[in-house]
Amino acid sequence: MSLMNVLGRAGDSRKVNGELFAFMYGSLVTQLVIDYETDEAINTQLEKMGYNIGIRLIEDFLARSGVARCVDFRETADVVAKLGFKQFLGIQPAVTNWSNDGKDFSLIFDNNPLCDFVELPADHPNLSYSNLLCGVIRGALEMVQMKVECKFVQDVLQGHTTTEMRVRLLEIIDEGELPSNNT
Amino acid sequence: MGDCIYYKQWNRTKDAAMSQDEEFKLMYGMLYSIKSFAKRLSPQPGKEALRFFKTNQYKLHFYEAPTGLKLILITSADAGDMDSTLRSLYSQIYVEYAVKNPKYTPSSEITSELFAAKLDQFIRSQAIF
Repeated sequence: MSLMNVLGRAGDSRKVNGELFAFMYGSLVTQLVIDYETDEAINTQLEKMGYNIGIRLIEDFLARSGVARCVDFRETADVVAKLGFKQFLGIQPAVTNWSNDGKDFSLIFDNNPLCDFVELPADHPNLSYSNLLCGVIRGALEMVQMKVECKFVQDVLQGHTTTEMRVRLLEIIDEGELPSNNT
Repeated sequence: MGDCIYYKQWNRTKDAAMSQDEEFKLMYGMLYSIKSFAKRLSPQPGKEALRFFKTNQYKLHFYEAPTGLKLILITSADAGDMDSTLRSLYSQIYVEYAVKNPKYTPSSEITSELFAAKLDQFIRSQAIF
């Protein structure tokens, strides 16, 4: 049984108490802050954890949503924002600021359930608190053959006016070649 | 690419005259070829999907998840459309009992007994079995 099921035993098994979730994520970040010295190292670690979540989460997402392969990256962006975030976090970030080549876009978060009770201490100015989400997106999209780069460029926790995540498509991974030992 | 992560047979009446490894390799090569053939012929590129092929003696059903996971089911020739069966096999068995198992490393061989039991139960519960 997955952790989510255990936590949400009462009522809908998909629903987890939001505060409990925020606190769990908070304690995770806190532990990383204790374990690692620089903000950059913490961010990297969060991203890595997210990646490992993402490569599994995508299968659950596909199984539940039944969406087929997207025809282009714009559709992917919409699916991530309107279905992905909705399904797992209950929020719908806005997709904006497309670059001209259609490979970069931004997700603007009006609210972020991960940092409901969070205030960044002054000695961690560069901590990207929600960096786990970047990893999740990178991992999930990599599983559907899209290599992306993802980072928070603005964060209300760092004193910006909005929280903005920038996603950049690096390449679309082609289906593998015929294995060379195939006769 | 092209590793078999789980194999199971039910009611197979004749063994293939080759090693399992060889059989998997042939299967992969064949599917790869059919898929690329289908892709080239498709009037709407990107929308094609191989679903099954049929000989006079058996039928091979195929489902590919967007993540590239391929499910292959071989049945007798009179079997109907197994598309929805393979879809639920993906979402109710593979995702639930392989992907959500923290000890399972994605795209490695599935060794979980729970997975095996659930899969067996699922296949046996199909009307066609």
